[in-house]
Amino acid sequence: MGYTLIEKIVMKNTGLDNVESGSIVIVNADKLMVHDIFIPFVAQKFEEMGFKKIYDPNKMVLIYDHLVPTAKVEDVRHFKIAEEFCEKYGVKNIHRSDGICHQLMVEGGYVKPGDIVFGTDSHTTTYGAIGAFSTGIGYTEMAAVLGTGELWIKVPQTIKVNIDGKLPNGVTSKDVILRIIGDLKADGATYKALEFSGNCVENMSISSRMTMANMAIEAGAKSGLFVPDKKTAEYCNIDMKDLEYLQPDSDAKYERVLNYKAEDLEPVVAYPSQVDNIKTVKEVSGTKIDQVFIGSCTNGRLEDLEVAAEILKGKKISKYLKLIVTPASRKIYNEALDKGIIKVLAEAGAIITHPGCGLCCGRSGGIVSEGEKVLATNNRNFLGRMGSSKAEIYLCSPVVAAVSALTGEITNP
Amino acid sequence: MEKFKGNIWLLGDDIDTDIIIPTEYLALKTVEEMKEYAFSPLRPELSGNIETGDIIVAGKNFGCGSSREQAPEVLIALGIKCVIAKSFARIFFRNSINNGLLLIENEEFPDNCKEGTSVEVQLNKNIIYENKEYKIQPLPDNLMSIIKEGGLVESMKKRNKQVN
Amino acid sequence: MGMTIGEKILANAASKDKVVPGEIVTVDLDLIMSNDGTTHLTIDMFENKIKKKEIFDSRKVVFVVDHNIPAENEKTAMVHKKMREFANKHSIDFHEGRGVCHQVMVEDYVRSGQLILGADSHTCTYGALGAFGTGVGGTDFLYAMVTGTTWLMVPETIKINLTGKLPKGVSARDLMLKIIGDIGANGANYKILEFGGEGIKNFNISDRLVLCNLAVEAGAKTGIIEADEITLEYLKSKGRSPKNVFHSDDDAKYKKVYEYDLNQIEPVIARPDHIDDVVSIKEVDKVKIDEAFIGSCNSGRIEDLRVAAEVLKGKKVSEKVRCIITPASNNVYLQALEEGLLNIFMESGAMIMNPNCSVCWGSCQGVIGEGEILISTGTRNFKGRAGHKDSKVYLASVANVAASAVAGYITEYKED
Repeated sequence: MGYTLIEKIVMKNTGLDNVESGSIVIVNADKLMVHDIFIPFVAQKFEEMGFKKIYDPNKMVLIYDHLVPTAKVEDVRHFKIAEEFCEKYGVKNIHRSDGICHQLMVEGGYVKPGDIVFGTDSHTTTYGAIGAFSTGIGYTEMAAVLGTGELWIKVPQTIKVNIDGKLPNGVTSKDVILRIIGDLKADGATYKALEFSGNCVENMSISSRMTMANMAIEAGAKSGLFVPDKKTAEYCNIDMKDLEYLQPDSDAKYERVLNYKAEDLEPVVAYPSQVDNIKTVKEVSGTKIDQVFIGSCTNGRLEDLEVAAEILKGKKISKYLKLIVTPASRKIYNEALDKGIIKVLAEAGAIITHPGCGLCCGRSGGIVSEGEKVLATNNRNFLGRMGSSKAEIYLCSPVVAAVSALTGEITNP
Repeated sequence: MEKFKGNIWLLGDDIDTDIIIPTEYLALKTVEEMKEYAFSPLRPELSGNIETGDIIVAGKNFGCGSSREQAPEVLIALGIKCVIAKSFARIFFRNSINNGLLLIENEEFPDNCKEGTSVEVQLNKNIIYENKEYKIQPLPDNLMSIIKEGGLVESMKKRNKQVN
Repeated sequence: MGMTIGEKILANAASKDKVVPGEIVTVDLDLIMSNDGTTHLTIDMFENKIKKKEIFDSRKVVFVVDHNIPAENEKTAMVHKKMREFANKHSIDFHEGRGVCHQVMVEDYVRSGQLILGADSHTCTYGALGAFGTGVGGTDFLYAMVTGTTWLMVPETIKINLTGKLPKGVSARDLMLKIIGDIGANGANYKILEFGGEGIKNFNISDRLVLCNLAVEAGAKTGIIEADEITLEYLKSKGRSPKNVFHSDDDAKYKKVYEYDLNQIEPVIARPDHIDDVVSIKEVDKVKIDEAFIGSCNSGRIEDLRVAAEVLKGKKVSEKVRCIITPASNNVYLQALEEGLLNIFMESGAMIMNPNCSVCWGSCQGVIGEGEILISTGTRNFKGRAGHKDSKVYLASVANVAASAVAGYITEYKED
């Protein structure tokens, strides 16, 4: 009997020559990501547990992103604790203002295909885009795994999501994943792994794949993975031969297989206030909006800003509407500067903020008040996520976001 | 812990972590300071009315969303004895176990109970409500051992004492 | 007896031939500006206390959202919403996220000879273009918005007579901090601070804005500089012309005249928590800092960013320092982008904020924590100005703030 991608990763990691979904195994963490919001708790639990050292300080990456820039006087307390922790335990991988953790983990080469990575953030699933098994854990578990290097996991069943064909114009990987979440529902993949395949995803860039892997958690998934291919090899600067062991077997056992035809997909939004409440843009077009947000670990990458710039070039955003653009990383900001993308966006009237979680984590960066409507490219539209619980958040692709910024209402591209 | 009774607070499906404790309050220093904001986007009055030993009953996918461990922690701080839901999101599930918060999965019970009434739970066995019994799947051994040791911190403390 | 520029503007606005200090006059206003610091309160008063809900001339009213943009909580978001809706309803020019109000006003509105009221203390900035700008509270603003007029007591004028030229590496900001240090935080209370003398010819508009902007920190009602060819050229470049070009009469009466030889000015720093506690930067050498801020209506213009880029080029900000750079307006941002300055900042490890009040306002961006030390190009160093009540703010020039960001401690910029 064959194995799925995630099973292969677990087997390689554990040295087991057979794993079965449902069985509990102990895995070794290849990388551990902690961000600024949770470091005080990780540090506290780590000390409480009585650890004297981190099993391998080089495997820890600490990233400030939720609190960059600081918005409240208490925020810097997190940095102080982080600096002390890193100093004490010899952690060298620190990013203090370089962007969103998930973007930096992939962009910075911290994660490789086939790795098992844990992070104190639910969107740690993002690294599945390059064929890593990565998932979010709480800070108590993070403290434990920092000390031991190990974590128990239940080998998840895999749902295969097969997408073939070519996406129509104006439809992006964001629309694809939103549609899948709408079909699976917010708990449809709980405890399971999603494995994306088909020639449609093969044609997607690594960035587009990151958008989908990032949102796997919104269907409850433990992980959302793409089989490493030539693009992955090139992105990660790895020989394709070294990735062969990660190819799933043709007789691998899947919990179920979902099939999509790319040509059938269309621009969609997640309607307030559930990510799985998917409607087509056509159904909601004409809804007046007060703010548009392009950014986050879901859609704040160069290709997202680029597509927005193409649409906004030479135009002005709608009067009384705010367009907030937050590049996902310093590198992306720089590249967008070089390519003239930032210029186009700023000229169109966008407010461009420093790379970080920004509005998506709801701590600053464009909080809205009662009765306002936000159209956003990020990953969650929960009640109160961006301020008032009487505000509405619609999630969409950067294409829909940009087109709608021009009209001031949700608009079909 | 083997057997207990508690007053029910009834919530719906997909109660996410941002509802349980909004991001805005995560930078407060202690969970004690955070707890008054629990459920504030949905039911701001709730945290002030919860009493020690109360039980939350909810629909499917309770705790979906972020990895914030403050979600189970505020529930513990509020005195919640256990959460009974149709299903739980996985990170929330792990975080709860690691902090010693008991979670009980049951498909039928949430649709058949009322807020403000009382329910009896027998650990790993059943829920008794208005003379009706709802069976509970026992938790796997490795999780019960974490709960029995008083959460993951205690479990690690024990390990590190043996190592050192 | 003659009049000063300030007196002439007030006389003109009062439709009188002459005014004298101490006299209370009713004046017509050319422009009024309000930002998200207080406009919501003005709007509430307008809605609840005014019977005839009309604005004298909405073309003369400007609303700017610059203090908390993008919003960091529901309260400030609500203020913005209220302003947006009110501006829309009454056809008021509305700028949200385009830059610091005073910079937006200077770029788009202010003309020499105008009398301008702003619901913000740094409205005195507009004196750099030979206009009379002064800050008022919400009630005064409301009265002005409804009637187009206000009453003012004609202030006495203090003259700052400048001669010579600043040495290399010394900025207008060093000069102004030095002046405030000399005359004290209340040294020009209620008075007009008029900058003149042949030395002023060596100051471009950006330098002049720096001087007038900080006039209020010496307690002045406004700071003002005679419009000259530099001013007229600036206005022309923006497609505007002066309303009036006034000169102070030779026999104008000054309360006091201070002489400054620009050649003698050296880099200074204002120590916490008083802006008039000004000493040579050498005296505070090596104080460790947690954050460095370059921006604000005082020093967030393209000229400032060029200086910052010169210091930061090829360097890295200390990893112990959060260095925040905030262009004063979208135009400044775009110009900096064109000139490649933003790349330099990004590569140095600094953070680039969207144009707004940023760290200088201290409530939504780059807020500092307990016990932290900030070195800033902002306007104020009051206790707790940038965040926690037990934090400290030093004010210095752009070059020295940038150099300190690289060093990790307060230091004077030295060219390599």
